[in-house]
Amino acid sequence: MIRTQSVSRSYGDNLVVDNVTLDIPARGVTSIIGPNGAGKSTLLSMVSRLLDMSAGSVTIDGMDVTKTPSDVLARRLSILRQDNHISARITVRDLIGFGRYPHSKGRLTVEDRSHIDKAIDYLDLGALSDRFLDELSGGQRQRAFVAMVLAQDTDYVLLDEPLNNLDMKHAMGMMKLMRQAASELGKTVVLVLHDINFASWYSDYIVAMKDGKVAAQGPGPEMIRPEVLSEIYEMDIKVHEIGGQLISVYYG
Amino acid sequence: MPKLLFGVLAILVLAVISLFIGVSDVTPMSLISSSPEDRPMQVLLISRVPRTLALMLSGSALAVAGLLMQMLARNRFVEPGTAGTVESAVFGILVITIFWPGSPLIAKMLAATVTALMGTALFMQILRRIPLRSTLMVPLVGIMLGGVISSITAFFAYRYDLLQTLGTWTMGDFSGVLRGRYELLYISAGLVGIAWIAADRFTVAGLGQDFTTNLGLNYRRVLTLGLTIVSMVTAVVVVSVGSIPFLGLIVPNLVSMAVGDNARRAIPWIVLMGAGFVLTCDIIGRVIRFPYEIPIGTVFGVIGSALFLYLLLRRRPANG
Repeated sequence: MIRTQSVSRSYGDNLVVDNVTLDIPARGVTSIIGPNGAGKSTLLSMVSRLLDMSAGSVTIDGMDVTKTPSDVLARRLSILRQDNHISARITVRDLIGFGRYPHSKGRLTVEDRSHIDKAIDYLDLGALSDRFLDELSGGQRQRAFVAMVLAQDTDYVLLDEPLNNLDMKHAMGMMKLMRQAASELGKTVVLVLHDINFASWYSDYIVAMKDGKVAAQGPGPEMIRPEVLSEIYEMDIKVHEIGGQLISVYYG
Repeated sequence: MPKLLFGVLAILVLAVISLFIGVSDVTPMSLISSSPEDRPMQVLLISRVPRTLALMLSGSALAVAGLLMQMLARNRFVEPGTAGTVESAVFGILVITIFWPGSPLIAKMLAATVTALMGTALFMQILRRIPLRSTLMVPLVGIMLGGVISSITAFFAYRYDLLQTLGTWTMGDFSGVLRGRYELLYISAGLVGIAWIAADRFTVAGLGQDFTTNLGLNYRRVLTLGLTIVSMVTAVVVVSVGSIPFLGLIVPNLVSMAVGDNARRAIPWIVLMGAGFVLTCDIIGRVIRFPYEIPIGTVFGVIGSALFLYLLLRRRPANG
């Protein structure tokens, strides 16, 4: 379980994450939704020790993220932020191989290679595996990054807007993969998502943030309701049930 | 791997050619026909072999230092010469020459290492502070920083009447390399070895701070290790033979086009190509106005800037 205790982060006078206390249940897909500037990415970065907290603490299965050695955490938790600019010319396979670094420190074993091959398969990168990252499109690169994080094979997988740059087919494939990782492999997947319908369809638990605070949280059906969503996004959102799934409609 | 062997062979051929070029009559024939105490063998051992070794050692080390800088600054166009490192090293040598005129080479090298490290760290700090992410702004900032530092150096060198001496550090020249005056360069070989051992860390650092932290590595520690290697290599080379501009920029970029930036794979090629480039330029400088010599810094400046322009112009924008 990921537990944040009164976590805050400020930049100067600007409080971006404001005293967030939150339990994210283990095993399952949790989506964090909310308008731009709500503090979702900042929270995710602090949970994954990429960013220092101004106040508060985060524990993962009881381990304090600021005190646990980074290489120990790297075998339990992986994080992919949005907007990754990589100027180095690395092949897709090498990049994914670096996901095994916490386990093998650079000397790939047979087990490492099987993880790498699986990750390549899952993200449909077989044909691209020997291409350099700078020869790929944005969506292909995004898939390569996610494959690297999957190869890391951690109990906790944190992804900040993993659907960035992906077309519909690959976006759906990505969400199915996360669903599968949670249901079949028992992983805890935490996603920052902008598309509330993807969140509704694939998550077990949804956390909505607004102005640096947790505005609402609960299982999908409790969260995907017109009054909850309209309040969070400050716009008129209708919810329809289509094929047994709650779908939000907010166009026009 | 066979390709790499082929590369090693090519370097050996260049090295042998380099051994037998010069005013003094040193040929395989003259070596065999005279006794070891005679002039040909003595010239070979005291002057030619040290020169060829010095060329290979400094060429490969500077090229690897260039790769490390590019990884750590995450910019294709950075190398010790465009990051203030070389200028800072020269400043350090000047300072110790003023305060301790007869200082041994090793003391000069240590002084140069300290100032090079400070100068390069300052460059990295500036990069952190100002949010410039335009690729070409980064080396421009480094060149400006280097300009500021070298103008300070020039001022004091002028005051202490050391301007002439200054020239020998800034312009690479191997004509003065003799036995007993190049051995410090072996340190750079050790540093390249460390870079090779830690290659994966540097590649990971090249992916950025977030990726590095996610993989459980301490980014600052990798950065410190890398900058220390870069500074020491620069200091050793500047003290022994003077800097060679563009080398650390061109070699890693050419290798990157062919085999990519995974340091584990790239470093052997960069070592070979760095050595090969310097050997070739030195051979050109020695034969073009035979029996006179053109300093390698000049030869490399001409060839290097042409290649640099080519690299700049061929870069296609990353497709998105």
